[in-house]
Amino acid sequence: MNIFKKLILATAIGTCFAPAVNAEMSIEITEGIESAMPIAIVPFASQGVPLDVSSVVDSDLSRSGYFKTLPAQRMPARPTSADGINFADWQAAGQNYVVIGRVLPNGSQYNVEFQLFDVASGSQLIGYRMSAADLRKAGHHISDLIYEKLLGKKGIFSGRIAYITSARQGNQRLHKLIVADADGANAQAIASSVEPLMSPAWSPDAKRIAYVSFENKTASIITQTLASGQREKVAEFPGINGAPAWSPDGAKLAVTLSKDGNPDIFVLDLITRNVKKITNNRAIDTEPTWSPDGRSIVFTSDRGGKPQLYSIPAQGGEEKRITFSGSYNARASFSPDGKLITMVHGNGGDYRIGVMDANSKSISVLTSGPLDESPSFAPNGSMVLYASRKGSTGYLSAVSIDGRMQQKLTFDSAEVREPAWSPK
Amino acid sequence: MKFKKIVTVVALASTLALAGCSGDEEKDASLTDGSLNSANGLNDASTNGFNDGSGINGSRFGGANGGRFGQGGMGADGLPPEFSDPNNPLSKRTIYFMLDSSQVQPEFIPVIAAHARYLIANPSRRVVLEGNCDERGSREYNIALGEQRAKSIAAMFRAQGVSESQLNVVSYGEEKPVAEGHDESAWELNRRVEIAY
Repeated sequence: MNIFKKLILATAIGTCFAPAVNAEMSIEITEGIESAMPIAIVPFASQGVPLDVSSVVDSDLSRSGYFKTLPAQRMPARPTSADGINFADWQAAGQNYVVIGRVLPNGSQYNVEFQLFDVASGSQLIGYRMSAADLRKAGHHISDLIYEKLLGKKGIFSGRIAYITSARQGNQRLHKLIVADADGANAQAIASSVEPLMSPAWSPDAKRIAYVSFENKTASIITQTLASGQREKVAEFPGINGAPAWSPDGAKLAVTLSKDGNPDIFVLDLITRNVKKITNNRAIDTEPTWSPDGRSIVFTSDRGGKPQLYSIPAQGGEEKRITFSGSYNARASFSPDGKLITMVHGNGGDYRIGVMDANSKSISVLTSGPLDESPSFAPNGSMVLYASRKGSTGYLSAVSIDGRMQQKLTFDSAEVREPAWSPK
Repeated sequence: MKFKKIVTVVALASTLALAGCSGDEEKDASLTDGSLNSANGLNDASTNGFNDGSGINGSRFGGANGGRFGQGGMGADGLPPEFSDPNNPLSKRTIYFMLDSSQVQPEFIPVIAAHARYLIANPSRRVVLEGNCDERGSREYNIALGEQRAKSIAAMFRAQGVSESQLNVVSYGEEKPVAEGHDESAWELNRRVEIAY
């Protein structure tokens, strides 16, 4: 029975080597934290292994901005087992932590082991053995475990990001919806069209993505299952079909429809396909997002003259304006714990990413603009991923919610926009 | 004992993979005793998806140049000669807007009137009013703004007697810029409604 299952598993994993997207992404830390922890990721012992797992861990941790990793050539030694570690040497090299590991083929899979040591006490903090088919994934998982052990919050390296690219192709533009690992690896187009693709939104279980497609020269909302590629058109009403946002239980989408004359917020039941009108205002109402408890929907409306954020019970009811500073507040998104709301915060034609305390309603501005948009929280709530532009280059950027740490993700081709970090 | 533990983990991971759901981490309790512990959660079928095969993955929908200039026999674009005469207001098929506004500027009223007259005289002709915005502000908000722009032109057509059945409205927001720059000279060209026959 076990053997049977294992065979099927191996087959399923084999399909992950589908053709990747050409655009290479590189990540640079533009603002770091001075107190980054020194940690040495010693190259793992391995034999007949196609990928250096320790280098994946090294780049994950250093890219996070919270760790300063030690280049291998400056390591005092390269131990591969616990009894080979001379902690005094690592202390002399200025290291707080040392990670060692081993990777060995085991049939169609690999056995991956690693241990994290505290240099000062010479003690092991964590150690894991795992059986993995995908070594890159194993590396991200190790990074998550180290990050969580040392920082006390969930790691964000195993997550994925979705984004839209647009590139000139002859006299038209080719739009792609891409899904990639959080470090940009394994980028794959899950949809492409010469007509615009917009507004990707992850389902709460991270298995599906809803998005807007103009493939028939009118707007429609599509849901697509990542594992199978199966896509369903869930809304194609006259006018706008836009801004899909999953309810926390994954059963509904809040959407913008203009079928009744002007854009209002509706809730679409994905099973019955019924739509229920939630807002009814002659102004623009759009960009709905659910609070994590599912009780309310925050949206953008220009009913007061300029776009501002409003909140309404998810069943419909009394609407309340929730933003009062800045001439433009739009495209809200909640942190996973519901305590913060990130948004595009504009003043006089300058658009930056803001984070608002959902209780006190005070807004801190995290970025420098002038054309920042589409913010979304990392699954652990520690960072906000957004789209930015300097000159003619569009790129993605991530900023910590205290604004102290910033990373820039650049792509070697195409215009990149509308990033969305998977909820898990 | 150790061997048994690992087999269990592999079996568990396989089950999860078959069910297509992501495996939550199973952490052994004896974490700090210096021994290695097992972890799974790596064999996640849902994350190795994006399969080739079925569905639309990676394929292009939307097609090549749309056939909206379908009526043959006249100009290269299927439109009568007055549409390419620069002295005829019908040659202008783009209406420009001010920032964050869907109000039609007076200079475009004669252009709209000329198209309205043409549509009334040619009831079999149909137009798509394509609303567009500059890149500033959020994208879905701009979809709504682009629709308002297109609808303000549609309302003027209707007021002048054009039949509802000849009019279609679509908003592309900031998704289809004609000018690719990132300054006011590009933005003012992108804040527009195109009257597409």
